[in-house]
Amino acid sequence: MDWTLYIYKTIFLVIIFLITLVVAMYSTYGERKVAAFMQDRRGPNRAGIFGLLQPLADGVKMFMKEEIIPLTANKKLFILGPSIAMTTAMLTGVVIPWGGTLTIGGREFSMQIADLNIGILYVFAMVSIGVYGIMIGGWASNNKYALLGSIRAASQMISYEIAMGMSIIALILTSGSLSLNDIVQQQHGMNWNIFYQPLGFLIFIVCAFAETNRAPFDLPECETELIGGYHTEYSSMKLGFYLFAEYINMFISSAVIATLYFGGYNMPFIDQLGLSPNVVTLLGSAFFFMKILFLIFLFMWIRWTLPRFRYDQLMNLGWKKLMPLAMFNIVATGAYYYFTVLI
Amino acid sequence: MTFLFYLLSAIMVISALMVVSTRSPINSVLALIVCFIAMAGHYILLNAQFLAVVHLIVYTGAIMVLFLFVIMLLNLNKVTIPTKTSVTRISAVITGGLFFLVMVAATRLTFEIHPRYPFTNQIGLVSEVGKTLFKEFLLPFEVSSVLFISAMIGAIMFGKKDESKKL
Amino acid sequence: MQALTNRSKMVSNKQMTFMERIYLPAIFKGMSITLKHFFKKKATISYPEQTREFSKIYRGRHVLKRDEEGRERCTACGLCAVSCPAEAITMIAAERKPGEEHLYREEKYAEVYEINMLRCIFCGDCEEACPKEAIFLTDRIVKSDYERLPFVYGKSLLVEPLDPNLRIDISGRQTKNVLNFKQNKRFAHNR
Repeated sequence: MDWTLYIYKTIFLVIIFLITLVVAMYSTYGERKVAAFMQDRRGPNRAGIFGLLQPLADGVKMFMKEEIIPLTANKKLFILGPSIAMTTAMLTGVVIPWGGTLTIGGREFSMQIADLNIGILYVFAMVSIGVYGIMIGGWASNNKYALLGSIRAASQMISYEIAMGMSIIALILTSGSLSLNDIVQQQHGMNWNIFYQPLGFLIFIVCAFAETNRAPFDLPECETELIGGYHTEYSSMKLGFYLFAEYINMFISSAVIATLYFGGYNMPFIDQLGLSPNVVTLLGSAFFFMKILFLIFLFMWIRWTLPRFRYDQLMNLGWKKLMPLAMFNIVATGAYYYFTVLI
Repeated sequence: MTFLFYLLSAIMVISALMVVSTRSPINSVLALIVCFIAMAGHYILLNAQFLAVVHLIVYTGAIMVLFLFVIMLLNLNKVTIPTKTSVTRISAVITGGLFFLVMVAATRLTFEIHPRYPFTNQIGLVSEVGKTLFKEFLLPFEVSSVLFISAMIGAIMFGKKDESKKL
Repeated sequence: MQALTNRSKMVSNKQMTFMERIYLPAIFKGMSITLKHFFKKKATISYPEQTREFSKIYRGRHVLKRDEEGRERCTACGLCAVSCPAEAITMIAAERKPGEEHLYREEKYAEVYEINMLRCIFCGDCEEACPKEAIFLTDRIVKSDYERLPFVYGKSLLVEPLDPNLRIDISGRQTKNVLNFKQNKRFAHNR
């Protein structure tokens, strides 16, 4: 290992970290704008032009608020909860390939922090650890609503992880690799996985909604029944962390969906333009971010369209519809490859 | 690397001790989670990334969540340590001592064991694990999957409502 | 049961068809509806920059009019206070001293005239009851406040300014119909 690589990775890590935070910050703004526009309103437009400074104002508000830790709460775990939620949300971005390779001065720099050969599984592991943030926080609040919310969150996330993993298995069958970078490179041009795995994509995106606790699966924080769910007792920046972690998760899952099903940083017809490799890489990254932004918009679009599920409906969908469908998808994919590719 | 090994080992030993020594069940579960994460770190040190991540997903991400789940639902956080009679205490000491004896005897033997499969640093990677499972250990693997299926069916049978007793 | 109108819809508990059960067409339909609204004209009026158009006969904050020579019209007869259903108006009358003829039109005037804007229901009965054409409701809005006391408007807030350019225009409320209506006290609510 030489020092330039270390420095490059550190700088790149910080950049990705900052981009994640900024995107999450402006997702809150985007969410409010999208919600407003879909309800024929205008949304925040007072702080700065088009209200662009609104996230900053919200952040300042969050920091300035009084911090309340309930007397009967388990203090250590109460603080641990939002920290875990935030940390695991941020950790996932490490394996996502944000772009191709840049060649500067004859050296190649990959726009991916860590190209693990088990990239997808790493994402899964982080998501599954992320449950603890919600569970511990909800339990430590010592509040019935918070406990109910956290239990809902945990059971929902465990249930949907299964269908999600199974939809991914079909994808791995086609790609033959667990590395996210390999998967992206296989989708070069317009060979996006969504065209080969439409059913898998559908299952994956539904599960992604459930995993990020977004509407229509936002039962853990269902305001009408549970006040705020697992973050009922939270205030100030600890609440901010929970809300922020949700948006980071949304950003990361959009990035994962774009990577797995929409070709990642691949841009159609890029080869025909005859550009230099560095320009291609940068354009690809920009295109990747456009895909991510569109998917974030899709998340919001669905949130402001569909009503919330009932809890039994949620479980029915997860276990009785999506899981068999995902199994069928695996079998169908396997059979296709057995009869066409292997023979 | 050696430093990391000792660090992870220290975390593991301390958290494992906390699992048995803390009084609140929630804390023991959390300590066990820390222990498992440290164990995943050990796997990574052995270049077994696949095993590490699967360990995280299955044990930390699913099984421990269920543990936590049950403890939260049953509200077991009240410190309930039943008073023990002297008979149980003495028998516990004797059994513990016997167990320790067996452990010492067993570990003494391990130094003489020659592994049938020489260690390669590729063993924990996904392709190697897959090849091992589906070539050499195919039959045990499939049999264990049958075992799992039977366990699942049993769980479903338990969970199913008894239609005949329904009013 | 026979339906009274043809608008009612019979509800049935029929099984959903397969297409309905996979929900996706319905979801896409819903999403297209929200997307349509995304590009629609927004209903919001950005208030301080833009104000909602008021009706000419909007009943808002009151004004005590002066006549053409700038004298207060109010004679403190108390009819407005009597007619007020919310009992929001109170006044203390005083006699006009010699030398004050340029200030008050009649020999009697209101030394104190207060309307409690928190009680007022802006019905316009005071305006209707007034025999001197002194009190009118205007299309101005009563400002919000954090405390109660500032909502009791005294003469300083009610009487219109002396400067002819700053007079409050109430011609919108004095249409021919209104004037005719006012002439005929038979229609008054507080007969």
